[in-house]
Amino acid sequence: MKKRTYFVFVLRELSSVFVGWSAVFLMVMLVAVGRGEAAYQRFLNWASSPVVVIVNVVALAFLVLHTVTWFALTPQAMEIRLGGRRVPRVKMVNVAGRSVPAATVVRVGGRRVPSGMVIASQYAGLIVVSAFIVWLVLR
Amino acid sequence: MTKRRLEPLLWLAFSGGGVVSAVFLPVLVLLFGLAIPLGWVQPDYGHLHAVLSFWLTRLVALGLLVLMLFHWAHRFRYTLHDGLQLKWLEAPLAVLCYGGAVVGSIAALLIVVML
Repeated sequence: MKKRTYFVFVLRELSSVFVGWSAVFLMVMLVAVGRGEAAYQRFLNWASSPVVVIVNVVALAFLVLHTVTWFALTPQAMEIRLGGRRVPRVKMVNVAGRSVPAATVVRVGGRRVPSGMVIASQYAGLIVVSAFIVWLVLR
Repeated sequence: MTKRRLEPLLWLAFSGGGVVSAVFLPVLVLLFGLAIPLGWVQPDYGHLHAVLSFWLTRLVALGLLVLMLFHWAHRFRYTLHDGLQLKWLEAPLAVLCYGGAVVGSIAALLIVVML
């Protein structure tokens, strides 16, 4: 059990490499689109080569892991108060062996919002944003 | 002194980058990294160019890219620092990671300006 937790922790930490890769990949795509249709076609040829496709498949798996683990941590790591004053409080939380600042509790009207609701609302946000981007690009 | 002033900002960028990566990246990589290059969907170039070069898209893209780069820099720095026990390389690692994020951010700025 402990071994498995550590393995997931290592994978989760490695997800940042794929966040970096994705940023670079998206920048390459933006450059190609900006340069014209021929450059865009060359980008598509490069992006559909086996190596790049494999990297992007792996990247996507790590990004999904990042999303799931990040959403699960948010209720522990943020303090949002609705219907009351937002009280900034610096607290330390232990995230996988490392002490991380700025812990928070979500409260509505002074009452703590169940972390399940926080997590669910994040997935709702994810779905709305994803649907909007797909609509914007493919309409 | 500088370190003390910068540290909270770096944690903020890390968190912001973590949030936007979690929300935006799965769909963006699925779309631009797999679905479009592999021909599952084929948006027309003119439409794609119009959508991406719209001023609001450029502004959002710049914000997302900068946050993602600093998220990478901050987390990767700690991965190397704690994970690989490279504590003795603290200064060069910080320069390498944050320097990379700064260079990437400048590149992102130039890219969205020229789009």
